[in-house]
Amino acid sequence: MTTKKKEEKKNKISRKDFFKKVWIALGTLAGIEFLGISFNFLFHPAKNKTDSASSLVVAGNVNEFSPGTVTMFSGHKFYLSRLKDGGFLALSLTCTHLGCSVGWDNSANHFICPCHSSTYTITGEVISPPAPRALDLLPVVIENGIVKVDLSSPVKRQKFEKSQETYPEL
Amino acid sequence: MEKKLNKNNIFQRFKNSVFTRSITPKEEKEKIQVVFRSFILHLHPSTLPEKSLNFSVTLGLGGMAVLLVFIQGITGILLRFAYQPFPDRAYDSILYIKNNIFFGEFVRNIHHWSGTFLLVIVFLHLLRVYFTGGYFGKRQFNWVLGILLLIILLFSNFTGYLLPWDQLAYWAITVSTSMFSYIPFMGDNLVEIIRGGKDVGANTLLLFYNLHTGVFPLLLLGIMGFHFWRIRKAGGVVFPEKETDTEIKTVTTIPNLVVREFVVALILIAVLLVFSLLFNAPLLNKANPAFSPNPAKAPWYFEGIQELMLHFHPFFAAIVIPVTVVGFLVLLPYFRYDNEISGTWFLSEKGKRTAKHSTIIGLIITPLLIIADEYFMKAGVGIAFVPPIIYNGLIPFVIVLLILFGYFKFVKTKFSTDKAETIQALFVLILTIFILLTLTAIVFRGKGMMLTFPWN
Repeated sequence: MTTKKKEEKKNKISRKDFFKKVWIALGTLAGIEFLGISFNFLFHPAKNKTDSASSLVVAGNVNEFSPGTVTMFSGHKFYLSRLKDGGFLALSLTCTHLGCSVGWDNSANHFICPCHSSTYTITGEVISPPAPRALDLLPVVIENGIVKVDLSSPVKRQKFEKSQETYPEL
Repeated sequence: MEKKLNKNNIFQRFKNSVFTRSITPKEEKEKIQVVFRSFILHLHPSTLPEKSLNFSVTLGLGGMAVLLVFIQGITGILLRFAYQPFPDRAYDSILYIKNNIFFGEFVRNIHHWSGTFLLVIVFLHLLRVYFTGGYFGKRQFNWVLGILLLIILLFSNFTGYLLPWDQLAYWAITVSTSMFSYIPFMGDNLVEIIRGGKDVGANTLLLFYNLHTGVFPLLLLGIMGFHFWRIRKAGGVVFPEKETDTEIKTVTTIPNLVVREFVVALILIAVLLVFSLLFNAPLLNKANPAFSPNPAKAPWYFEGIQELMLHFHPFFAAIVIPVTVVGFLVLLPYFRYDNEISGTWFLSEKGKRTAKHSTIIGLIITPLLIIADEYFMKAGVGIAFVPPIIYNGLIPFVIVLLILFGYFKFVKTKFSTDKAETIQALFVLILTIFILLTLTAIVFRGKGMMLTFPWN
């Protein structure tokens, strides 16, 4: 009889346990559902919508930019550098250190960040830290002598390489 | 059975239904019952130890913090009636509050300065609780709750900082949120989540507005209730207990505690109002994402971290060191102390001496290290074969840890302190360094965050 009763007891406890587990499972499920709904609100699709029409910006005619100069496009937050060899580079305005907007110092011929004095060359390469890497690159397209800059996909890079330049077609 | 007819008129009966007893009791017994029965006062005990009324025990800081939270709530709700959380309208709505609403600027000033006071007072409250040993034994977890409240308050203030949408707000938030991008692997994604996009913009403003005016206030109130309840459960605030005391003398809350709270509250409100009359809350030009002001500084309470950014690799300055310090704070009550003294400032006479010692050490080494790093270490920056996270992050961090550990051992042997006193010395050293870093960044950092004197 002892074994039978023990077994019954065991069963009873496990039934209780079973409902306890069911309640915990239901509670967890409800919690997850609530979290899911919250995430839908936090990251709703309209947030990350990029205007595809404005992602390709017309900077101007190739001839408007003489070699060795930097032009600022403050509305779109980038600089268009034309290097001495005639190649184009579109550089993000945003300092890679803490996200301030760098300024172009024409007399010193470098970019300087007002926040922590990081400096960059005309190609966006770091001259003096704390900036950890070169300014982000925006892809440049040249069609029929018109320079266009693609704002949608900035490229991260460590340093400047010749292959990053875009040359006008001859 | 016949019911007794209530002869009071409807107003009296309404009043009696709200206040079941007299609100201005005369009898001792009544005084105790009023506290016991009333809603607001039930956070108080009905009687309390006479010694805990001493101003030097609490300095009234916790009560001041509560008052300021409520002032923030009231002024915040007022501002919320006129503020518009959209980038093209936010700044103009602030201008409108300033210029067109009667007393609008005054209310904004109160909200601004009360927020500033609140952080300072909560920080002082933390120091008071620490230095009077209010984290031992049954108060362990309430210390953790306090740290949590401090963190929520910091982020409440931080999210509110963006709302004016001027150059100060925009760039402070840009710089501060960029710090998160140095967390390995997930940094960039995290920044995008916080900002609701690549840059600080409309999504950021809406998110911060909602956190500032909805999520954080509710969290704050909830945890505050928990915090107060734990104080009651711990038997009230700490006060010096002597072993010779056979019986603790208690007095009634009304009028002893309530009157004192009232006096502190009135003085604080007066100071706050005068301050808000004299000094306007800052408002620069409308935010311009293309031009950063020089210098662009984080909100003042994060400037200690910004100062660290100038000396350490960003991952260590913005993430590793703050997390280590907060971790140290949270764990403080859980080290095994052999001697738990509550209610005595700085634990003992020896504790006072070591605390002074570490303050002086901190006052000497911090400026030395800042100046040395600023002017002499820059040469070592360009070691090409090790990544900057090692030579500018890990190595200096380990050196600082070794200095702190060395100091810990030094105090222990030189002053033969017990564990609580030694950890207190370490706490004071870290505290001094933190305050000096913050002051350096606020006062001595000029254009391009270069070291300079404020009058230059």
